[in-house]
Amino acid sequence: MQSCQLSVDWQHHSISYEEPTLGDSPYGSLWPLPQKVKISTVVFKLSGASFHIFDAKESSSGASCRLLQNAYRRYDEYIFTSSRKQGQNKSKKALASDMSELQVWITSADSECDSYPSVTSDESYKLSVDSPVAVLKAPKVWGALRGRGHGFYSTHCLYSDEEKSINRTDIHDFPRFAHRGLLLDTSRHFLPIKVILANLEAMAWNKFNVFHWHIVDDPSFPYLSRTFPQLSQHGAYHPYTHVYTPSDVKMIIEFARLRGIRVVPEFDTPGHTQSWGKGQKDLLTPCYSGASPSGSFGPVNPMLNTTYDFMSMFFKEVNTVFPDAYVHLGGDEVDFSCWKSNPDIQKFMEQQGFGMDYSKLESFYIQRLLDIITTTNKGYMIWQEVFDNGVKLKSDTVVHVWMGNKVEEELQKVTEAGFTTILSAPWYLDYISYGQDWQKFYRAEPLSFKGTDAQKKLVIGGEACLWGEYVDATNLTPRLWPRASAVGERLWSDRDVRDLNDAYSRLAKHRCRMVQRGIPAEPLFTGYCAHE
Amino acid sequence: MEEKTISNSRRCYKQWLWFMVLFMSFSVIYVDAVWPMPQMISSSMARYTLNPREFIFQYSSGSSAQPGCSLLDSAFERYFPLIFTDYRAARPRQHDEWFRFPFTVVVHVERAECEGYPDADSSESYKLSVCSGQAALRAETVWGALRGLESFSQLVYQDDFGEYFVNETKIEDFPRFQFRGILLDTSRHYLPLHAILKTLDAMSYNKFNVFHWHIVDDPSFPYQSSTFPDLSSKGAFHPSTHVYTQIDVKRVIAHARLRGIRVLAEFDSPGHTQSWGKGQPGLLTPCYKGTVPSGTFGPVNPANSSSYQFMTRLFKEVTSVFPDSYVHLGGDEVDFTCWKSNPDVRGFMLKMGFGTDYTKLESYYMENMVNITKGLNKTAIVWQDVFDYHEKIPVDTVLHIWKGSPGQIQQELSSITLAGYRVILAAPWYINHIDYGQDWEKYYTIQPLNFTGTEQQKKLVIGGEVCMWGEYVDATNLSPRLWPRASAAGERLWSDERMTSSVIDAFPRLVDFRCRLLRRGIQAEPLFVGHCRHEYQGI
Repeated sequence: MQSCQLSVDWQHHSISYEEPTLGDSPYGSLWPLPQKVKISTVVFKLSGASFHIFDAKESSSGASCRLLQNAYRRYDEYIFTSSRKQGQNKSKKALASDMSELQVWITSADSECDSYPSVTSDESYKLSVDSPVAVLKAPKVWGALRGRGHGFYSTHCLYSDEEKSINRTDIHDFPRFAHRGLLLDTSRHFLPIKVILANLEAMAWNKFNVFHWHIVDDPSFPYLSRTFPQLSQHGAYHPYTHVYTPSDVKMIIEFARLRGIRVVPEFDTPGHTQSWGKGQKDLLTPCYSGASPSGSFGPVNPMLNTTYDFMSMFFKEVNTVFPDAYVHLGGDEVDFSCWKSNPDIQKFMEQQGFGMDYSKLESFYIQRLLDIITTTNKGYMIWQEVFDNGVKLKSDTVVHVWMGNKVEEELQKVTEAGFTTILSAPWYLDYISYGQDWQKFYRAEPLSFKGTDAQKKLVIGGEACLWGEYVDATNLTPRLWPRASAVGERLWSDRDVRDLNDAYSRLAKHRCRMVQRGIPAEPLFTGYCAHE
Repeated sequence: MEEKTISNSRRCYKQWLWFMVLFMSFSVIYVDAVWPMPQMISSSMARYTLNPREFIFQYSSGSSAQPGCSLLDSAFERYFPLIFTDYRAARPRQHDEWFRFPFTVVVHVERAECEGYPDADSSESYKLSVCSGQAALRAETVWGALRGLESFSQLVYQDDFGEYFVNETKIEDFPRFQFRGILLDTSRHYLPLHAILKTLDAMSYNKFNVFHWHIVDDPSFPYQSSTFPDLSSKGAFHPSTHVYTQIDVKRVIAHARLRGIRVLAEFDSPGHTQSWGKGQPGLLTPCYKGTVPSGTFGPVNPANSSSYQFMTRLFKEVTSVFPDSYVHLGGDEVDFTCWKSNPDVRGFMLKMGFGTDYTKLESYYMENMVNITKGLNKTAIVWQDVFDYHEKIPVDTVLHIWKGSPGQIQQELSSITLAGYRVILAAPWYINHIDYGQDWEKYYTIQPLNFTGTEQQKKLVIGGEVCMWGEYVDATNLSPRLWPRASAAGERLWSDERMTSSVIDAFPRLVDFRCRLLRRGIQAEPLFVGHCRHEYQGI
């Protein structure tokens, strides 16, 4: 009755429950794999009682850097919580010697401790684990965050669960792509704050650095706007229990910053805006049935000046609430049928000389919106349709490629036009299927399209998307992890890191580590974790 | 169960607007609230306000179950907070406390088996009438009373201000199929006890009544046997943290019993036994490479009489630990290559006159196994493979269908029932196979009796089972993957098929029901875009 008879692709990868150690990776549980790593067989003992993380004397960031101090505490807890709970470490093996401290050395004059991470943030670091002191060197705090996440409690798992030990290790690491994002959709289902925070934490463990917050959409408008409180008052599933208040948003942004994660909000228009219409009269286009309004509404009404006044005020607020240099403006999947039905729109089309080409109307709207955003000094990201429709874009625009067909062609076109781009098409994690689909996400290669080196450089990263049609707090976390981890390694590690056996071995351990730290990451296949 | 015994019922009848449930799916939300759909339900717009401080459960004076009936007493304790979800602090008032106008749920049970276990022939029918400021619940057995309490708890709803209401309602209900199971696989991944107990809770909300515990298999042997402790100490993922002790097993059985759920243990052999071999040397067939043992092992060695002695002792223990009168022997997916490679097995084949037909060897093994269980006064359930090989198996053996295309399944149903065997259908409900979108519809629209056969044959289909195999499932994702997808099968197995044929009608009811599951702490995933008043607050 088992599913062995059905196609299960694990069988092709020499991974089986009979020999769980088969194909054990020399890199233990390191995930994502560092760019350069040397692990020696010399093992040091980490003792919870005497081990401490310090700022190096030469470091440009000291005790006043809340970001690092906060991180020290967090990681100290991760490394030692279980052993301290279990009581004394038993010394079973003869270990070379103890390693008693980790020095964190921020090498550049400006540690960026109090700033927000950005797409140009330096995340590189060097970690050298030696007795009696391990040194983590990074130009900026962002690299230090990545380094600690890695070298440390990744490596200790190489040897033993009961005893925290660490191999002599040298790591020199930096991300392959600058933009490593995760999209969560809080409109189709409301996600309680707790769930968002927990997943930001898991993102940090997987070295993701952008939380793309698809905060509103057709079904609900949970963002509580100070300027237009009626938007969530009428557009959220519930005006009090299913909204994100300004302080919620602030908390999420700071929580993310402390983990080196940017928060890029998406306010998608002119389509995907049904919920906006509930709180903002006349914003949406009234659809017509024959000669009279049908009572239903379509995309944002692009012909009214009031629309642009509203957007201008609204994005002024967004600009102050979200510190990131970019805002995502959406612009995808605009349905023209409602615009076509509306006689006023028809007239407007005529006046503007658009003929019957409604994509011109869409572009007209987007263009004016972009002009508004430009005045707020924000950069913008947009879904690929906006580019495809030939809208004039600022040179620093990020084009977000999501459509599954002709991905390589699209990347080629976008980069040929000189725009930076991020890729999501292969990483729609809401699409689930039976078996080990993490391998599919892992295999995807963002730079396999034809193009010059200059073009390839314009691909600044990718995003895993977990759209919310079938996902809420009940199933989000196990559905996301460790499947998103596969994307995490693809975006961080070297292009040549593609061995599925090695990845399986490391990822299975990495997922157990996530489980132990309280993230219910689902299993890759038959097997077990020490802590279920 | 006469209607006149329901107090004041005649007066209420006049107020009721009778209509078939079939036509009222969108009409009034509270009527739709019971999942799975009762066989007969009607209700009026008249409603009562319920106050947790003035609400009691009571045994009717003529009931054979009275205070002290452990099974129902604990059910009352359980259902009080399920009914009054915000009312966490208090326990139900004691029956002798004085109230001015308490809303009373009067329970009448004909036969009190308060200390017994539910079994294959236990009646689960009940009648429930909410009227004249009280609810009357009548059932033949305590198991029926449990089902009725569940239905009552689902009739209660809260308005936006937190007030509780129940509408005048009349229900007559009984299950369409006697066997409504859920299989959990604790071998491919170990499921902590709390995950199993939580599943049993959710099963009772869905009126499932059999927990099929696929407790051991190739990857691990977590059952801690008192007769053969090496089986788990060597065969479990971990000998102390990843095992089910005798106390654990007793807890599961007790938890299930209180919810009217049978625990059907499966010890699958002769295949799917890799983990057994670690703690029981000599049990499995050594595979050969040419003329020498290769070091790997195949199915249980059917040529050794010691294998049967071992099995007799193990099943003697199993059948005393698990009170159910059925035991699942497995018998699926036996790979013959190892048997073929082994010279001793080949010699045995020759001796027995089996030629080169290894299905005969398998039959021989299964026949012995069925006889062992028969000797222990238990009835065997086996996977369909055993029937497919035309073995001589006792006619009371139950066949379990797990594979095939829809056409093949119909064919299998026809031929097994034609041969006079009872059958359980699991093939359409392999719920571990996930898919994007609303796949609950697929599970909902299965027609278990849609095969060629006489009325008599159809009666031999005793039920169905939802299987959650464990390759990709452990405690991290079990609940949201199981619920509410299994609920779809739950309604198919309990309710009348004609009344519940439309997924469009079922959708809003199931949406409500999943929010109710959430409210009760069951991590049930959403069907589609939308929200629940109280979202899941975990991660």
